[in-house]
Amino acid sequence: MKYITGKFNSMLRLCFFVIIVRPLVKIVIGLRYHSPIRLPEKGRAIIVANHNSHLDTMVLVSMMPLRLLSKVQPVAAADYFTTNPIMKWFALNIIGILPIHRDKSAARATDPIDLCQEALEQGKILIFFPEGSRGEPEEMSELKYGISKLAQACPDVSVYPVYLHGLGKVMPKGDPVLVPFFCDISFAQPFSYSQHKAEFFNQLKSTFSELQHAIQYPEWD
Amino acid sequence: MIFDFATMLPVFQVFIGLIAFLSLATVTTYFINRRKAAGESNGVIIKNELQMRINSWWLMVGVFGLSLMFGPMTTIYLFAILSFIALKEYFSMTATRKADRRVLFWAYLTIPLQYYWVATGWYGMFIIFIPIYAFLFLPFRMVLAGETKNYLKAASNIHWGLMLTVFTLSHLAFLVVMPLQGAEVNLSAGLKVSSEGAALLLYLVVLTQLNDVSQFISGKLFGNTPIAPKVSPNKTRGGLIGGAIFTVALGSLLATSLTPMNWWQGALVGFGISLVGFIGDISMSAIKRDAGIKDTGQILPGHGGILDRLDSLTFTAPLFFHLMHYAFY
Repeated sequence: MKYITGKFNSMLRLCFFVIIVRPLVKIVIGLRYHSPIRLPEKGRAIIVANHNSHLDTMVLVSMMPLRLLSKVQPVAAADYFTTNPIMKWFALNIIGILPIHRDKSAARATDPIDLCQEALEQGKILIFFPEGSRGEPEEMSELKYGISKLAQACPDVSVYPVYLHGLGKVMPKGDPVLVPFFCDISFAQPFSYSQHKAEFFNQLKSTFSELQHAIQYPEWD
Repeated sequence: MIFDFATMLPVFQVFIGLIAFLSLATVTTYFINRRKAAGESNGVIIKNELQMRINSWWLMVGVFGLSLMFGPMTTIYLFAILSFIALKEYFSMTATRKADRRVLFWAYLTIPLQYYWVATGWYGMFIIFIPIYAFLFLPFRMVLAGETKNYLKAASNIHWGLMLTVFTLSHLAFLVVMPLQGAEVNLSAGLKVSSEGAALLLYLVVLTQLNDVSQFISGKLFGNTPIAPKVSPNKTRGGLIGGAIFTVALGSLLATSLTPMNWWQGALVGFGISLVGFIGDISMSAIKRDAGIKDTGQILPGHGGILDRLDSLTFTAPLFFHLMHYAFY
């Protein structure tokens, strides 16, 4: 029974991304590439992106080849996505999130870093937003340190930094109306953990700042 | 809904000409590249910008040709989609305000309405909807949002975008239904209709686009004095004159088979299209330079965005349309 519901869910997930998300991302929104596409081609990898909108996850998942879809798992806040039962079902089965608890509450049985590490050991491709939350639209907030801990725990896993711009204009936090804009996307060379957490963290920060400043944006305020 | 094939003959002939021309260009660039690649001794054929441009031309001729064959409704849908992409490119490259997100949403909604007026042949509404109703409604929605900082700048920007990408481009679609006016033709009734409108549209599009191409080529060959060096250093007097000579000749050649005009009227219109198309082109260059970007998008490899390709048409379409409307329909 579990096997059948599992099959059914993965079919449903595939249909959702093929029929709804891909046309939405490619036709209604539209992406502009500012670098060659650099995304993992097999499991055990972390995609690290800045976070402005729920659409960030949609765009990143829809860019992955369909044969890898079952491995892609966005890391998302359990306290946000699993409170409402319908949202919980949708987030877990259709989006396929890996729910983690951001704060050290009672519900948090295991360390989120351990959960991520476990998923990576199963060959998953994690989508990780190191800012921790969507924040103000189109402003990059400080990266949180969790990503360095995860990288240290899995030093052989490659990290793929992706910078997204414009999705916070299309659908910012707190506004469900979707307004089409072309969105910019650029990819950095993947790298993995080297010596120190701080070194890794700084490399990630400077990579994002390079990606961010390589694109020219119109005013938005 | 499909055209009456007997009246479609001149349209077919022009497309056969375009396909022959593109085939020649494809073969020529293939051999040039092969020779170049052999010279560089690695033997790899590199896809260069010219080749990408020609491939994009194949796509454009194919999509445009098929939409004309399938009849007025398909053409109307095509231009509605082009307006949408063009407006999206426009809003994505100019400064917009957070407070106006909902206003931009309404601005997008003018596209289905404007093309609905086109599909129903309601000329009176088509011609005033953006300049009057959208012009009055969007500022109203903006004051409801309540942000006054940069209000005038934002209102002007949005309206300019609508005029440029929705109003002017919808004239192209209206050309297809204009000759059907008064014939009481219901577009969805499955009747075969005259292809006069399709021929008019084809005449305008072919002249405007080939004018761009001939301006580009003669600019490369004889270009000397830039006309507006600050806006676009590649637009030269030599290019403009070469383009005009070519477009006058082509306009006169195609006029009798595609339009109600005779040869000298076609030549005059060709001259007008050449000049006005040039202005549309450098006007878009000015917008891009202002925004600090090179291309408006990436949808047409080698060309850039939709607006990079339709820039001249945004200026030639309304003028050609009104000339035809005044003189013949």
